[in-house]
Amino acid sequence: MEWETVIGLEIHCQLATRSKIFSGASTTYGAPPNTQACAVDLGLPGVLPVLNREAVTMAIKFGLAVDADIAERSVFARKNYFYPDLPKGYQISQYELPVVGRGHIDIEVDGTLKTIGITRAHLEEDAGKSAHEGFADRTGIDLNRAGTPLLEIVSEPDMRSAAEAVAYMKKIHSLVTYLGISDGNMQEGSFRCDANVSLRPRGEETFGTRTELKNINSFRFVEQAINHEVERQMDILEDGGSIIQETRLFDPDRNETRSMRTKEEANDYRYFPDPDLLPVVVDRELLVALQSKLPELPDQKRQRFMDDYGLSRYDSGVLTAQRALADYFENCVQSADGEAKLCANWIMGELSAALNRDDRDISNSPVTADMLGQMIKRITDNTISGKIAKQVFEGMWNGEGNADRIISDRGLKQMSDSGELEKLVDKVISDNPQQVEQYRNSPEDKQKKLIGFFVGQLMKATAGKANPQQVNELLRRKL
Amino acid sequence: MSIDKKNIQHIATLSRLLVSESECESYSGDLSNILGLVEQMNSVDTRDVEPMAHPLEITARLREDEITEIDQRQRFQAIAPEVEQGLYLVPRVIE
Repeated sequence: MEWETVIGLEIHCQLATRSKIFSGASTTYGAPPNTQACAVDLGLPGVLPVLNREAVTMAIKFGLAVDADIAERSVFARKNYFYPDLPKGYQISQYELPVVGRGHIDIEVDGTLKTIGITRAHLEEDAGKSAHEGFADRTGIDLNRAGTPLLEIVSEPDMRSAAEAVAYMKKIHSLVTYLGISDGNMQEGSFRCDANVSLRPRGEETFGTRTELKNINSFRFVEQAINHEVERQMDILEDGGSIIQETRLFDPDRNETRSMRTKEEANDYRYFPDPDLLPVVVDRELLVALQSKLPELPDQKRQRFMDDYGLSRYDSGVLTAQRALADYFENCVQSADGEAKLCANWIMGELSAALNRDDRDISNSPVTADMLGQMIKRITDNTISGKIAKQVFEGMWNGEGNADRIISDRGLKQMSDSGELEKLVDKVISDNPQQVEQYRNSPEDKQKKLIGFFVGQLMKATAGKANPQQVNELLRRKL
Repeated sequence: MSIDKKNIQHIATLSRLLVSESECESYSGDLSNILGLVEQMNSVDTRDVEPMAHPLEITARLREDEITEIDQRQRFQAIAPEVEQGLYLVPRVIE
């Protein structure tokens, strides 16, 4: 039977506020344990949570960016469950009246555009962290993270493959970082997701039984986890079995998902409105003000890159996926006096490769946008060839200074003296009579290939410093 | 609607409360009575009444996003049963 995969994602995005959602404790990552957990975060008797204005503003910005309905009135509820990293015995979340309602975003997979529905996005507080290792029969609890504001973004079950799920997750990541409402740092857990996965026979309307994959914290893992879960479910269904609705945990080391809890033992959260918190009212004026202050978003920037720089849709998509990369590109183009296409090629080629190789982020690239732009200017003014530029780039990457310095230190300036070059061309021709003979007796289409030998000899003789165009021209004339 | 002993046990488990067999008996009576009261209220026509999230007819005042708390870990941990390396210790939990 042919099966169709159905996926919905719940993304937990940590909001980049300075203080917590209901208290004035700091949210800075990496502080010594429990030094940023105040009485409110600990749920001590007599405390009162007071909502952070910035958290609400950030949630609304997200809602506006995905064209969602913003609730004029939203309500906080208590989600009740027991776990040691949740000191109050309930998590303050939103249930019936979330701040962000129905919206949508577009994703692109293999050149095909698709709209994914967003069911809702609600504000809630994060829990603390448990440390299971290092204590004999004890678990250590750090409540620094307790009370950190989260925006939980729930999608419709609109995705049909792991690739679509990754594209969606990347798009949301790109949006929240463009909006500046989250640092999107996945290593630190600022951006993580749960995936709901089910299968149904192709053509069937009703959904199959789903499983929920918990706490996936990288784009690579979301793809792996979903693909494994799809395979597991397919095996069961093909054998005539049925899927149990359950929560499963993805284990990236073993590359498998395993059961955490089934629906029967699932928590009954007994949501009810939190009596400590009053309904939140968002007035029209604030909405209008925030709308007018929204930054240029990825899709708009992509279109502008195509229009203003003449880049392809694909290149524009790559360069605008991250705000930092898009900024890098624009700065680079400015330094390179507008050589947009060349800048795009270098950024997506050499620079991306070097960043990947050294596992670095664009924001801490040793080659700044200005340095790369200055180097590209030296290509366009014929000081160096594209090939030599690769050496210059490596030099800049390794901290040898800017392009001009490396070009002069290493003596990489292209040979511009055509008289000198001509002498070398003559020498190569007289040194290789056999190849010359062969060249001259070949038809024109074959000559094009054979000339490569002479170009190679000349490049060798000049250590790559000859201008390839000039060499080709001279050779063709002399041969 | 009445609440039987099985319901009471389930609620007790969710609330982490130890409820004895005989207590179950009396609780199921008490809670059934409360639900009876709710059922009675259900007979009131509330079509034009907006659901209430809070008894006070006021809305939330928001705080500015400022750090106003200082580190009081020492004071808080002085009343904790067990601490080590700055962490609160609890009986081992592994999911």
